[in-house]
Amino acid sequence: MSRLPFYLLVGVLFLAGTAMTLHRHYQLEVPWTPGEQRQVWEVEAQVNFTALGDPVLVDMALPSTQEGFRLLTEHTASPGYGLSFVEENGGRRAQWSIREATGSQQLYYTAQVLVAPDSRPPRLDTPPLRRDIVWERPYDTAATQMIERAWGRSADPFTFARELLHDFNEERQGENARLLLTQFERTPLLVRLLNQAGVPAREVSGLMLEDGRRRQSLTSWVQVFDGQHWALFDPATGAQGRPDNLLIWEGSGQAVLEVQGGSNSRVTFSMLARNQPAAAAVRNQLAEDTLLNFSIHSLPLEEQALFQTILLIPIGALVVVVLRILVGIKTSGTFMPVLIALAFIQTSLATGLIGFLLVVAVGLVIRSYLSHLNLLLVARVTAVIITVIGIISVFSVLAYRFGLNAGLTITFFPMIILSWTIERMSILWEEEGPKEVLIQGGGSLFTAVLAYLAMNNPWVRHITFNFLGIQLILMALILMIGNYTGYRLLELRRFKPVTED
Amino acid sequence: MREWTTPGKLRAKGIIGMNRRNIRYIGRYNNRRLYPLVDDKLQTKLLAERFGITTPALIGTVTTQFGVKHIGELLAGHQGFVIKPAKGSGGKGILVVERVEGNDYIKPSGVRMSLSDIERHVSNILSGLYSLGGAPDVALIEALINFDEGLSEYTYEGVPDIRVIVFKGYPVMAMMRLSTAASDGKANLHQGAVGVGLDIASGTAIRGVQFDRTRHDHPDTGHELASLTIPDWPTLLLLAAGCYEMTGLGYLGTDMVLDRDQGPMLLELNARPGLAIQMANGEGLRRRLDLVEKQPEGVAAQARVDFARHHFARRSELEATAEA
Repeated sequence: MSRLPFYLLVGVLFLAGTAMTLHRHYQLEVPWTPGEQRQVWEVEAQVNFTALGDPVLVDMALPSTQEGFRLLTEHTASPGYGLSFVEENGGRRAQWSIREATGSQQLYYTAQVLVAPDSRPPRLDTPPLRRDIVWERPYDTAATQMIERAWGRSADPFTFARELLHDFNEERQGENARLLLTQFERTPLLVRLLNQAGVPAREVSGLMLEDGRRRQSLTSWVQVFDGQHWALFDPATGAQGRPDNLLIWEGSGQAVLEVQGGSNSRVTFSMLARNQPAAAAVRNQLAEDTLLNFSIHSLPLEEQALFQTILLIPIGALVVVVLRILVGIKTSGTFMPVLIALAFIQTSLATGLIGFLLVVAVGLVIRSYLSHLNLLLVARVTAVIITVIGIISVFSVLAYRFGLNAGLTITFFPMIILSWTIERMSILWEEEGPKEVLIQGGGSLFTAVLAYLAMNNPWVRHITFNFLGIQLILMALILMIGNYTGYRLLELRRFKPVTED
Repeated sequence: MREWTTPGKLRAKGIIGMNRRNIRYIGRYNNRRLYPLVDDKLQTKLLAERFGITTPALIGTVTTQFGVKHIGELLAGHQGFVIKPAKGSGGKGILVVERVEGNDYIKPSGVRMSLSDIERHVSNILSGLYSLGGAPDVALIEALINFDEGLSEYTYEGVPDIRVIVFKGYPVMAMMRLSTAASDGKANLHQGAVGVGLDIASGTAIRGVQFDRTRHDHPDTGHELASLTIPDWPTLLLLAAGCYEMTGLGYLGTDMVLDRDQGPMLLELNARPGLAIQMANGEGLRRRLDLVEKQPEGVAAQARVDFARHHFARRSELEATAEA
């Protein structure tokens, strides 16, 4: 009987769990600890135009997740307009449409963007070189001379771009540069020159994020490709590199805003920065429907809260597994401690412990009377259930009267489980005496407290809720423990006398 | 730290822990399909009858709550009897009535019970109070065993039984369980019975323990344990070894009793025998189980018993300490 398939299964589970966890951390920016603060920008784009009474089509570029930023959520406000999001030539766009509109129109688009320094978006494809560049005289000579000058002083596409931009700097502008600038806009001109020299480049539009700014507009940048990488250049200064606060709004070389059926169109931006806990930032992430991104966060909030508890149960169960298999503690009912621990989470530990002991103690007294009545088992346990409900009601009312609101949380105890606990303890008492009741009851309570401490730990809650891969790792771990043939910790004490002689 | 030992020392002694027992022996050699044969004492009894293994006489069974009302008629004329749940475990729910005086049923401890107490107990058994998982159960009423007088001074109330661990049909280790006042006449070690390790070769006492600590005498009768010898020992081992063929379970705890008239009898079987037997013997099971695992299949019961008596012979520690 080979154990190989077993270890393979454990290995696969472990690796899959680790991979899923790492993927969520590195690709989706889910932090390891719940306390980390993340900066989130709220960016609002306002599109203004005057409609001419005809059908209107507004086509605007939208930002997507990129280096340094992760798009969380987006909303639009555009009463009366039809709206669709389209993916076009590697860029996302929003298209508003309406059959008839007149006068001043405002459309709003709001995006929440998470500052994510480790964000790794898919690699940008190098745009095709434009071959259709034709210069009129005398600009052709000027362009050729400028390209040759920069070419001679450069080694690769980036240095070439840098040299070219230098030559357009205010203080170094030569005749050629001045001539070209009379006819062309600076950024398109640079892209044109780069393309002509065989260096793939395009114009992109970005938004400089500054807290509390309003009525901002996009700035244009030159994006240069060298086959493997790309770099951004500021056309005004020639500086290379993306400023940390630059959000690329339109990155595929197309127009930012196109309006048909309207005039005087423009788009302005306002933005606001705020810090929020990383966990909350994660929750706001767009639910992406791929298998790897399979996440509880795509569920409605109420179900999420439910899952937060459900996903903790394996942690509690792991505590039970460890205490029973590796330590050898006796509990009354295998997973009863986990359920008690779940109740403790609702009630807080001290209240929970006092409540549990009170209910079980009173229950045992009443159960000992029930045992004289000679009842059938199911009827007797049912009687115990009703008794437990009675005890809990009385304690709740008493606690409330005395102003102890904490006492009200006693209702979170699983009553059926408590009843069975009382029933089992009572039988244990009759058969094995109070000592065994103390051992098993104490063992159960000890296990419940440990499970509670594990399950109530903020870090554990964060990890189990945000990394589903952890469940696979737990599974692998529990399978391994299930395979453990060594001694339990308490057996080292139990079997001690044998080793004495 | 005085109370604790190290895994290395336990391993050197060949002690088997709970986890190893569960995975390596019970999990591997006991087919779950066969469990009902031993978990249901009624089935065990009927099976044993077919295989010619003697068991205590069956007075009757109670299967319905309706039948509980008629238990008085069933018990009439019997002086001593034992009521047990067919699917009980760990000695739970076993009621021993030593004798009947008028309307009173007297337990070995002297406690008197009325007929309604007995009815309640039987009713509890039927509703599954003592069975695994609380499943509805059947109550068995057996004749009380007339145990061998020669052993009476080693026990306090109750019947001492002999637990033999049978591995793949080989009797590997044995102990006698003597009930005490602390165990309320029951023969379960964790309830306070004294366990006396027995030499597989001769059936004589090796060492005694109570509550996992060494003992040289019986706590209630004060009788020393060294002189304890089981009569009819080879027959008993043969009977125990035969339970392998009977059940097909590879790792089996057989509980035997000695009847004055009928000799060794099978009381019940256990598919998950406890580990306290190692304490009673002062030796781990590991070496013996490893040896048996190397033996070929299909050896006759008598040959297995001979093999075990030859290989697992031990000298009493009790005499050695008495001499010292």
